Parts: sequence; structure tokens; C-alpha cells
Amino acid sequence: MGETLRIYLQLIGAQGRAQASYRVSFWLDLAGNAIVVGADLLTVLVIYTQVPKLGGFGVAQTLVFFGLALAAFSLADLFVGNIERMKTYVRMGTLDGVLVRPLGVLPQLLAMDVGFRRLGRVAYALVIFAVSLSYADIPWTPSRVVLAVVAPLSGAVFFCAYFVATATVAFWWVESGELANALTYGGRDFTSYPITVYSGWFRKLFAFGLGFGFVAYYPGLALLGIPDPLGFPSWLGWGSVLVALIAVMVAATIWRTGVRHYRSTGS
Amino acid sequence: MRVIDVRGLRKEFTVRVRKTMLRREKRVVAAVDGVDLRVERGELLGYLGPNGAGKSTTLKMLTGVLHPTAGHVSVCGFTPVPQRIKLARRIGVVFGQRSQLWWDLPLRDSFDLLKAIYRVPGEQHAAQLKRCRDLLDLDSFMDTPVRQLSLGQRMRGELTASLLHSPEILFLDEPTIGLDVVSKQAVRGFLAELGARGDTTIVLTTHDLADIERLCSRIVVIDHGKVVHDGSIQDLHLRYGSRRRVIADFDVAFTYPVDLPGVVLESSTGTRLVFAVDEVGPLAAVLAANGSLRDLSIAEPEIEDVISRLYQTPAGQVG
Repeated sequence: MGETLRIYLQLIGAQGRAQASYRVSFWLDLAGNAIVVGADLLTVLVIYTQVPKLGGFGVAQTLVFFGLALAAFSLADLFVGNIERMKTYVRMGTLDGVLVRPLGVLPQLLAMDVGFRRLGRVAYALVIFAVSLSYADIPWTPSRVVLAVVAPLSGAVFFCAYFVATATVAFWWVESGELANALTYGGRDFTSYPITVYSGWFRKLFAFGLGFGFVAYYPGLALLGIPDPLGFPSWLGWGSVLVALIAVMVAATIWRTGVRHYRSTGS
Repeated sequence: MRVIDVRGLRKEFTVRVRKTMLRREKRVVAAVDGVDLRVERGELLGYLGPNGAGKSTTLKMLTGVLHPTAGHVSVCGFTPVPQRIKLARRIGVVFGQRSQLWWDLPLRDSFDLLKAIYRVPGEQHAAQLKRCRDLLDLDSFMDTPVRQLSLGQRMRGELTASLLHSPEILFLDEPTIGLDVVSKQAVRGFLAELGARGDTTIVLTTHDLADIERLCSRIVVIDHGKVVHDGSIQDLHLRYGSRRRVIADFDVAFTYPVDLPGVVLESSTGTRLVFAVDEVGPLAAVLAANGSLRDLSIAEPEIEDVISRLYQTPAGQVG
């Protein structure tokens, strides 16, 4: 087990060196990524110049949701985001090359394509999250401190599962990028705001059906110590761990089915 | 020892054919249609066929990439798909058209990574690498990023990469495709040497018949997913009646009738005569005795001709 881990770390290290070999482009990407995502934050701030409350929450509280969602998403994007190139792997035969090596297929693909250029986004997201926590008047307790660490991590695991599950669709339809993006990037945007701004079936589907409400909204409420306007209990904030595990199991099943399908169709 | 045992191997693909704008029809196509293949340890087997004959599909089923629709496959004693990882340690695979190397890193780094992936012990790795470096002249580009290598250099790197874990079987899918003459010679020379040592079984698909003539003691030809020939090159020539040619040039027109068993006059310009023969000796004696013979040359039968005739034969009518 330790040996296998060492091999993957070596693969990830090689990927890092490969990306660093394009030095200028690496640093430009790193800086560019940090600037581009600034626009999202600006959107939130601009909205609050027009309205005092959004879905019942003030700007400081919304920024906790926003920061949590961004931290979770960018962590997932760093490690797993490149799986959206699945269709290229299928088309270029990368997948065949991976299948003839004595290692797991998904870990190899992930280790071969960690997006180090997105480190800038991760750093930026973590800073936003930390700053939002300090501005939000959180009644700190030991369990809230733990949750502040666990919530972005389980959110990241949740998004990782989504990336993998949606990328797997490429096994059936090679041109499936848009659907995958709608779920991953759409999910990120959904979780950046309190779910009370959405309504009806849309909220039910995304927040509860697809689980996005447990990335930022419920953990955020638990951190802020605010009761849910929708009336659900506050321990639901810890539900993010459970929801992440469920997402991983579902994604693993979809992935295995996808690989089996690929091996029987070869396309 | 038998290292590959394949019986009744079949692979079907479903293709959707567009009938009208909206209506599409599903059709099942058998890319590999009942292939039987037994390969003994140390054999050097050429696997031939026109584009789309099912060569790569067969190779993918032997290496554990694709799951057969039907049939029995055993490679190194393993069933490839469920036992993919165990099998992967015992085989090497080179895909001519795609790389197994780390594109942006020096060639040396790929070898280090493969050492880790296959968990090759230090001394074994060093010994294998040393041998490949010597035989394939890698030293001048070991520190060059793979993306900057020429195709020939890259292919030498790919061969090394596939052999570092000392596989029992080496599968090569078009290893000489796109290479220049010198690189082709280098690759062939290396494979010939590897084959001569006798401990590595080599299965090679190619379109380049020179590869086959130079390397393979046995060729399996498939067309439309079926094996149409399995045997030596000599068998193939025998079966399709391809014969050597004798080209004789004379100072003055040669007009004597030649009536020998197994000799056919193919063309004559008076001073140049071309014969198809089974044996050269008796004809050469007659030609030398009866005229002003200036020059005599013998041309080996062209395998291209034989193979192209084989491909043109409708499936199911031969073999």
C-alpha cells in the first residue's frame, strides 16, 4: 500500500516537473488563474451594493458560503479537474496505454494530469474562505474549528466525485463536455450562494437531489450558528461528510461501469 | 511452453449507420471473427492484415485492453481482462502511433518512472537499461525531452521502455510506421537480436513487409477478422505458387526453345528473357550452354505480391 502510494507520488511529481518545464506559461497561468476568479467575487460584492440581503443573508454570511464553495471546488479542480479531458484520453488512446500498466486506471489518469497551474486558484480560494470566516462573527467552538477544516475537504471530495462521474459519460458519448460542465461548473455556481435564493423544484433537485446543498450551505450555516430558514436541523452541516462519501460511491460505480463499457466497445 | 492460447476469439462492435436525418440503424460488425492462435515461447510472430482487418483489436484483447465478445484467451497463463494487472507485469506493449513516454520530460525520467511503476529491482533495471542503451544508441539523447526527439529516437525509447521490466511477451503494434530507413534498420536489428536470444516472445503487427521478411519465422495473416494464413513465408509462397525469377541477358537474341520442368518463360525481348522457376540450376545450365549469355540475375519472389493477392481473395474462400 505504501509502495503504491509512493509510485503515485512519483507520477504526480513527474507531472509537476513536466508542467514547470514550460516556465513562462506556467507562471502566467498561475497568475492569470488568480486574477480571473476575482471576477466571481466581484459579482457577489456588486449584488450587495444593490440589495441589503440575498435569500435572507447579509454579505458577510454569503461570503462564507462563497468562500467554502470556491475552496472545495478549486481543491477538487486541482487534483481531478483534468479528468474532463477524458474524451481526449479515449480518442488519443491514452486509456489503452494506461490499461496495459500494472496500476489502477483512474489513479493513473489522475496522477498523470494534476493541474498544478491551478495552485493559484486554490491559494486564492483558501484566502477568501479564511477572510470570510474572520469577517462573519462566528461563535467559535472546538467543533466549529474542526468543521471549518472538514467542510472544504469533504466539499472537495464531493466535487471530485462529480468530476469523475460526469467525465465518465465520455465512455458512452465522446462529445459530452457540455453536459459535464453544466453539472460541475453549474454546481459550483449553485453552491456559491445560499440555497434560499433559489426556489421550487430547481432548489430541491440541485440542493438535495444532487447534493450540492451540502457543500457550502449547510456546513456554512453550522459555522455561522444560524438556524436554517428552510427549517432543517443544524447538525445537517456535518452531513457534508456523508454526502461526499455517497457521491464517491456513486461515482466509483459509474466509473467502473464506464470502463467495462469501454472495454466491450473500444470507443 | 505455450505463452498465448487463443481459441474462437471474437469481437463484435455495434456501429450506428445513419439512414435518414433522424433515423439511425444499429448494425453488429465482427472485427475479429473466430481467430485461433497458439504461440510458443520464443517465437517471433508477424501478424498481418489490411487496414481494418482486426489486427489491433486482436492485440487489444491479448493485452487486456478490450474484453472479447466470445472465445477463450490465455496469455502467460492469465485471462487478460480480469487479470489485467498481473498480466501487465509480464508483457510489454509498444504502440507505434502513440507514446508510452512522458512527453515533456527527459527520456531518462520515463525510464525511472517505469522502474517504479513495474517495481523493477535496481540491478535488473540497470542491466536492462544498459543493454538497450548500447544496442539502440540512446546515450546521445537520454537527457532530451521526449517531445524534442525525432520519431526514430522516440521509437528506440519506446522499445526500451517496454522492455525494462523484462517482459515474457513483447507486443508491437506497427513499430516501424513512419520511420526513415536507418531507424527502421535499427529497430529491426534490435528486434532480431532480441528474438534470437529466445527468451522473449515477440508478436508484431505491421504493414511493412520488409519487417516481416527480416524478422518473422511465422506469419499469421488475417482479413475480415479471420485467419487466412498461418505458417512460414515459404509456406505462403508455396501455397500461392509464387516463384523466383531468372532474368537472363544475352549479347545476341536468344531463340532456342527452353523446355524444362518447372520453368515458364514469362517475357522475352530477344536479348532479355525472364523465367519463373522452381529451381535455378538446370535453367542456368541450358542458358549458359546455348547462347551468348552476358548476365544472369535471380529475383526472390516479392512478398507484397503474395500478400496483396491474399487480401484480394474474398473472405471465406481461403484457409
